[in-house]
Amino acid sequence: MTEDKEAGVPTRRQLLTAIGRAGGAAALYQAMTALGHAEPTQFKGPPRLSGAKKGASVVVLGAGLAGMLAAYELRKAGYKVRILEYQARPGGRNWTLRGGDTFTELGGATQKVGFAPGNYLNPGPWRIPHHHRTLIHYCQAFGVALEPFIQLNHNAYIHSSNAYGGKPQRYKEAVVDFKGHVAELLAKAANQKALDGAVTAEDQAKLLEAMRGWGLLDKDMAYKSSLRVSSQRGYDRAPGGGVNGAPTPSQIAKLSDVLDPKVWGAMNTHLGYLTQTTMFQPAGGMDMIGKGFARQVNDLITYNAKVMKVAQAPTGVTISYQDLPSGQMREEKADYCVCTIPTTILSQIDLQVADSMKAAIQAVKYSMQVKVGLEMKRRFWEEDDYIYGGISFTDQPIALISYPNDRMFSKGPAVVLGAYSNGAAGLLLSGMTPAERIETALAQGAVFHPQSYRKEFSNGVAVAWSRVPWMLGCTSQWTEENRARHYQNLCAIDGRVVLAGEHASYYGGWMEGSLLSALDAITRLHKLAQEA
Amino acid sequence: MKLRYPALGLLAAFAAAQAIAQNTGDSPGGDSLGGNSRANPGIQNRPGGGPVKTPDPRSGKEVYRQICQACHMADGKGGTGAGTIPALAGNAKLGVAAYPITVVVRGKGGMPPFAGTLNPAEVAAVVTYVRTNFGNNFAKPVTEDEVKRLWVAPSASDH
Repeated sequence: MTEDKEAGVPTRRQLLTAIGRAGGAAALYQAMTALGHAEPTQFKGPPRLSGAKKGASVVVLGAGLAGMLAAYELRKAGYKVRILEYQARPGGRNWTLRGGDTFTELGGATQKVGFAPGNYLNPGPWRIPHHHRTLIHYCQAFGVALEPFIQLNHNAYIHSSNAYGGKPQRYKEAVVDFKGHVAELLAKAANQKALDGAVTAEDQAKLLEAMRGWGLLDKDMAYKSSLRVSSQRGYDRAPGGGVNGAPTPSQIAKLSDVLDPKVWGAMNTHLGYLTQTTMFQPAGGMDMIGKGFARQVNDLITYNAKVMKVAQAPTGVTISYQDLPSGQMREEKADYCVCTIPTTILSQIDLQVADSMKAAIQAVKYSMQVKVGLEMKRRFWEEDDYIYGGISFTDQPIALISYPNDRMFSKGPAVVLGAYSNGAAGLLLSGMTPAERIETALAQGAVFHPQSYRKEFSNGVAVAWSRVPWMLGCTSQWTEENRARHYQNLCAIDGRVVLAGEHASYYGGWMEGSLLSALDAITRLHKLAQEA
Repeated sequence: MKLRYPALGLLAAFAAAQAIAQNTGDSPGGDSLGGNSRANPGIQNRPGGGPVKTPDPRSGKEVYRQICQACHMADGKGGTGAGTIPALAGNAKLGVAAYPITVVVRGKGGMPPFAGTLNPAEVAAVVTYVRTNFGNNFAKPVTEDEVKRLWVAPSASDH
């Protein structure tokens, strides 16, 4: 670098700084991408809109994260803003249930949450990828404290009813055995000349060396129980001190168990772009984010407002809504409308937009997740099994149990996520009564902690998103075909109306998708308003 | 019990393996069901950790219990909040069988299509069940052939 400077050649950093100064953020990003930097986020900082026309107004439908962010940035830009919200609380799916809360689902079942103070269930979003920069930016801006969410815990379990005799395995054991067996097989294939046409002799030598090192193979290129293998998968008798300190190795599992889809399924989850470390959660519950946003815009929100009609004319928009406590119909008028109502609901609202947008709204489908929170009298997973946060996966309909990532080592009750079901399993649990869902979660989750799970259970709460009255579903789903045919029509501004929310993003079901969608929508709307 | 893999068709095993392979993100592969059962983009927020097994429904009643009543309720009466889940109980629209078949196969509004999650025989069974229960009295059974005529193959996810 010094040499470069002396020779008058700018360093990469100097070059990028200069490009950034001259061309702004967009040019900088383009240059970084061209120079080989990945672009981990499409967030380029807050939109910095300004100079709204005097008296210009926007009505925002929905006080979830998308709606509140739209309102926050539009007010800063100078618009007169109102938000209409169906619920009596802000945040939308950014939601936390705590002791004393009451939740009534469609069909009438009411649950009163019995958790101890400080304990909670996040029925909706529960974890934040480190590259979700929009969400993290606004959490910082609005004073929302984030703490680690432990996604990958090598000491948590995986369970398959088709492998290991149905006995849960520690993640580290399964993964180390998987790579050991696969490395042995690949080495065997190479040594039997099966790769000769495809791989050069030089690369085969490197491959064999890699398999030996990575797979922890012995001198005969075999994967066998040994202290070396135990240095990753764990010991039968862990290393100690003094005269009897010698460790003994653990026994590896057989290939047919290791090949179970739960093993590589869990490995793939931990490699996923959205679920690799580091992940975060707000301290104290996910709704700390919604509350943080609401601190900025609460004065703009009309709660308990059920939107019935969105009408527009060349002069502005008129929203007809029912004030739920009184039953009275009311109107809100504005120049423009940002509508963040999920399409499960929006598809049933009288909406004056083009047929192409209506077709797009009809095209978005929703998945029906279920989450169950189980309060246990003590942290037996920590005390008895040395599991501190993270997730144990199963092939039963509950899919997983997730251990609390905060307040480790504390005494007293704690809440595990006892089910996160999706797809057919989600529907199966959704069709049950809340008590049946909790019973199912207990029966299936006990596979991981048979001695304690039922014994330590205190109380639970179960949320089926298909029956959440203000959602009728959980997260949007796009097929390739629907995306190609309808996505642009969903996002395009129609007259004076623009839609936003996770359904108008490529991050379905993630808060980041809601926020990026909102920023894009209001940036385009502001431009339109300025040019009008 | 069976794995409710996506796309239980001619290429079931291949499709299932492919669908799971796509789900390097956060998806459990086999328990996908929204949009259509193959639409399980890894970019979406899912439990993760590989496939999940659910019981194999053996009758229209079981299909209803395991799938439909998640939204339409055990008594078929649906419900109303910010929007409405239509009642199937005493619903005159079920009279023309093609209508409920089409809705189940293709989805409607936020309701996902079930072609691929359910096979034609299961769709026929559940539509027959709904048409003859919950105060509905459309006695003529729906056949697998009727369903096949309205079948739309599930499309791929966009990730």
